[in-house]
Amino acid sequence: MKYLDEFRDPDLARRLLDDIAEITTKHHVLMEVCGGQTHSIIRNGIDRLLPDDIEMVHGPGCPVCVTPLETIDKALEIASRDGVIFCSFGDMLRVPGSERDLFSVKSTGGDVRIVYSPLDAVQIARDNPDREVVFFGIGFETTAPANAMALYQAKQEDLTNFSMLVSHVLVPPAMRAILDSPTNRVEAFLAAGHVCSVMGYEEYYPIAEQYGTPIVVTGFEPLDLLQGIKMAVLQLEDGRAEVENAYQRAVTREGNLPAQQMLAHVFTTVDRNWRGIGAIPRSGWALGADYEGFDAAERFTVTHIDTVESPLCHAGEVLRGTLKPDQCPAFGKECTPRTPLGATMVSAEGACAAYYLYGRFTELETTP
Amino acid sequence: MTIENWTCPRPLRDHPTIVMGHGGGGQLSAELIEHLFVPAFGNGELTELADAAVLDVKGSISFSTDTFTVHPRFFPGGDIGELAINGTVNDVAMRGAVPRYLSVGLVLEEGLPMAELGVIVESMARAAAHAGVTIVTGDTKVVDRGHGDGIYINTTGIGIMRPGADIRPQRAIPGDVIIVSGTMGDHGMAIMSVREGLEFEASIRSDSAALNHMIIDVLDTGADVHVLRDPTRGGLAASLNEIAKAADVGVLLEESAIPVDRTVAAACEMLGMDPMYVANEGKVVAFVAADDADRVLNAMRSHPEGVNATIIGEVTDTHRGMVAARTPLGSTRVVDMQVGEQLPRIC
Repeated sequence: MKYLDEFRDPDLARRLLDDIAEITTKHHVLMEVCGGQTHSIIRNGIDRLLPDDIEMVHGPGCPVCVTPLETIDKALEIASRDGVIFCSFGDMLRVPGSERDLFSVKSTGGDVRIVYSPLDAVQIARDNPDREVVFFGIGFETTAPANAMALYQAKQEDLTNFSMLVSHVLVPPAMRAILDSPTNRVEAFLAAGHVCSVMGYEEYYPIAEQYGTPIVVTGFEPLDLLQGIKMAVLQLEDGRAEVENAYQRAVTREGNLPAQQMLAHVFTTVDRNWRGIGAIPRSGWALGADYEGFDAAERFTVTHIDTVESPLCHAGEVLRGTLKPDQCPAFGKECTPRTPLGATMVSAEGACAAYYLYGRFTELETTP
Repeated sequence: MTIENWTCPRPLRDHPTIVMGHGGGGQLSAELIEHLFVPAFGNGELTELADAAVLDVKGSISFSTDTFTVHPRFFPGGDIGELAINGTVNDVAMRGAVPRYLSVGLVLEEGLPMAELGVIVESMARAAAHAGVTIVTGDTKVVDRGHGDGIYINTTGIGIMRPGADIRPQRAIPGDVIIVSGTMGDHGMAIMSVREGLEFEASIRSDSAALNHMIIDVLDTGADVHVLRDPTRGGLAASLNEIAKAADVGVLLEESAIPVDRTVAAACEMLGMDPMYVANEGKVVAFVAADDADRVLNAMRSHPEGVNATIIGEVTDTHRGMVAARTPLGSTRVVDMQVGEQLPRIC
């Protein structure tokens, strides 16, 4: 663990915190886009170590949180069918649909399997030629290349019993939607490092320029985050709005070009409904024309989807950064990880879960 | 002993796999007992083949039961057989008792290879001998193919309480120091890596081990030990939360002090898991009076199971009923119980 320990060094962290305190002269609102960053911030207590004038709000970058309820209900319906093996990443299994989750489908006889890669699902399809194998292909630009590769392989092998329920979402349109919102308070973004390792950060320049908003590509370890915060605060204090890279060990400006080619080959850009946020134009990827035959939504006709969100759940405001999880009236009462009303309370990357798991008791004193 | 070179006792060779009759109480059952269980577990009580064992016990006993369903049955660092012995031996020992007697209940699935059962039974015998416990009674049932996962094992154990021992969660008091006997999360990640076919830079081995000898040595130091707990399912976090609630005290951990093997840490990092929530099968958490901490540490470190023993935190009279951890950056956070299993994250 030496590699990661270098990015958790308490002395260096202390120095960065001192730097941030020194350069901060007024109140700033920063949004970390990715849920992985949110968890690291809350788990390490970074939000409480920052100067009072630096306010972190948490972004929409939690893939299972923004997957539309309708898609989840569709997944639940397909997963309960005889002859189907439904494969998913683990943290999707507890996300509530309108009435149930994938765990309850599994407990009532559905063949639901946790996989670590979509390529595992392709292998399951090879091993079970008499079964329909469906992979739940959700997530941001980060998970999309592996999903594209799985589809590419399935097509090469003419694996007709494999399909994917695709609901990919894209970060830059979501950042625009947040900045366009009349209630927006975000002054600078920490862009999601893993997304940028695939896509590079070329596409952020027009956003930074058009909205006058600093964007700093940022990693996930405490020192990565503090470095990203420091660079964003420096820009705000200087009145600059530039794209900067605080995660150079993983991200280049152009990103991973072979991955991008594979994505362009398999997917096409579409309008996408985001759970809790609503429709965002050209904010998702669906299967392109060459891959339509692998679309589980087409292969399995699912009708009578009648989605019902809990009226108590404010996940949308949390995902837009206009409400902190602990400001939600249901937080820790009707809504806990045990009885989640929204996906943000379930996922390893959901902001509500991060607050509940690590940050409920802020009266615990911090050491000087 | 491997499955390949296990030699099936001659009378059992007609059946290379378990059939329904092995649990039917007839000749096949009798052969299994006579040629497999008795030779492996052989001792006075068991060879009498009576309906129940009669034990000569004086004083208070510690009594515990556990059922083992681990999949896969064989994993790096152990198998379901030794796990079933060590697990119950440890539970009994955690009250400050000397484990003495075990019962073994087997549920076998039709079709289980006889050689696998043989290896598991011999592994149980070895583990029992190492722990110094005697298997005095048992039972075997066979279920139809598809109605079990090869083999399930229940073990129940009896230990003789050491005079004066009063070790239970309610006794944790502010000022106690909290010691773990070694690295956290080894067993859970070993199982996960083989179950899911994940390969890491080095193979992760289960820490499955009987801790009773080490615990006796700890108690022999005369240290004022208040609580002992083996952090199995739910890991260290679940055990500490249970103790904090039971004793109505706060627990404050020093996160960077919690020992984690570097391969386990890397595997957890990759899957988005926290070693504090991952199961252990050969570790103990001890709450002891602060003045006695060194004695306890020295006693633990004199055993192979305890070489990495270290202090990880203390008991407080603040945030009662809760566990908090001081992060390396100096802030504190809550360490809660998990709702269900930890799930590998999406990215």
